Amino acid sequence: MTSKQFICAAAFAVAIFFSACGPKDQDMTVTVTESVHSAAPNVNSNVSDGVVTLTGTVSDEATKMAAEDAAKKISGVKSVVNNIVVTPATTTTPVTIAPSGALQQGVIDATKDYPEVTATVNDQGEIVVTGQVTADRWKRLKVALDALNPKRVNADSLIIK
Amino acid sequence: MALQDKYKELIATASSAGIEAKEQGGVLYVKGHAPSAAVKDQLWNTYGRIDPNFKSGDVVMDVDVAGVASGSKVKVTTQSSSLNIRKGPGTDQPVVGKAEHGDTVTVISKTNDQWWLVRNSEGKEGYAYAQYLTAE
Repeated sequence: MTSKQFICAAAFAVAIFFSACGPKDQDMTVTVTESVHSAAPNVNSNVSDGVVTLTGTVSDEATKMAAEDAAKKISGVKSVVNNIVVTPATTTTPVTIAPSGALQQGVIDATKDYPEVTATVNDQGEIVVTGQVTADRWKRLKVALDALNPKRVNADSLIIK
Repeated sequence: MALQDKYKELIATASSAGIEAKEQGGVLYVKGHAPSAAVKDQLWNTYGRIDPNFKSGDVVMDVDVAGVASGSKVKVTTQSSSLNIRKGPGTDQPVVGKAEHGDTVTVISKTNDQWWLVRNSEGKEGYAYAQYLTAE
């Protein structure tokens, strides 16, 4: 064994030694909890044999990853099991629905190049589309109609060729 | 919650792009700004895969591509015909100019989601239907 190999082996042994005698789970729990909470207050963490399991609900993917990173950076943490569920926050602001007058004008503009379909605005504020159209053209029209902020687009009687 | 289940993949894709999906009165509304045209396409493709030909009518998706600022150039993406440039924002307005399919025009201002004030290569200014304009 060359001296270089010996140093490498020694360094490896020291690394093993330190990780084996790393901070105990209970000591880590407080630090991990604090770190995770600063990134995501609603996430719970549990430490077992140096493995952190994260549970709870957050509103976006970024917060989920931030919580994982916050746990990973704590010394002694071997790995992180990220069981956080992402549920987009449901705000109480209602969805903007266009008034039927504006919708009617918008439908006329959107369907100008689609003589094969008839689109009308009914009493419920829905756009009702009828006629026969190719799948490709219907997709383009649907994109345009959805952009008008209708309550919904009713294509029940539309025939896709 | 049935809608949330049915469109789980769409909601996840939207959410990762920072686009909100909200259920109201039996309809899922996906509204926001996509970071690129590719993300917008991806959302529509996902929607079309879950609900073939968009027949169910239980989703309204209004996603525009962020970053189309005034002064930026956009491509005319009509199916084949030329794009009308009109005096005012509406198909009842007289046509003051045209832009050919595949041409680029300059966005002067975004009047609303449907109509943008543009300038064509000949310098004619007027309103064009935004659905036929795509950021490059």
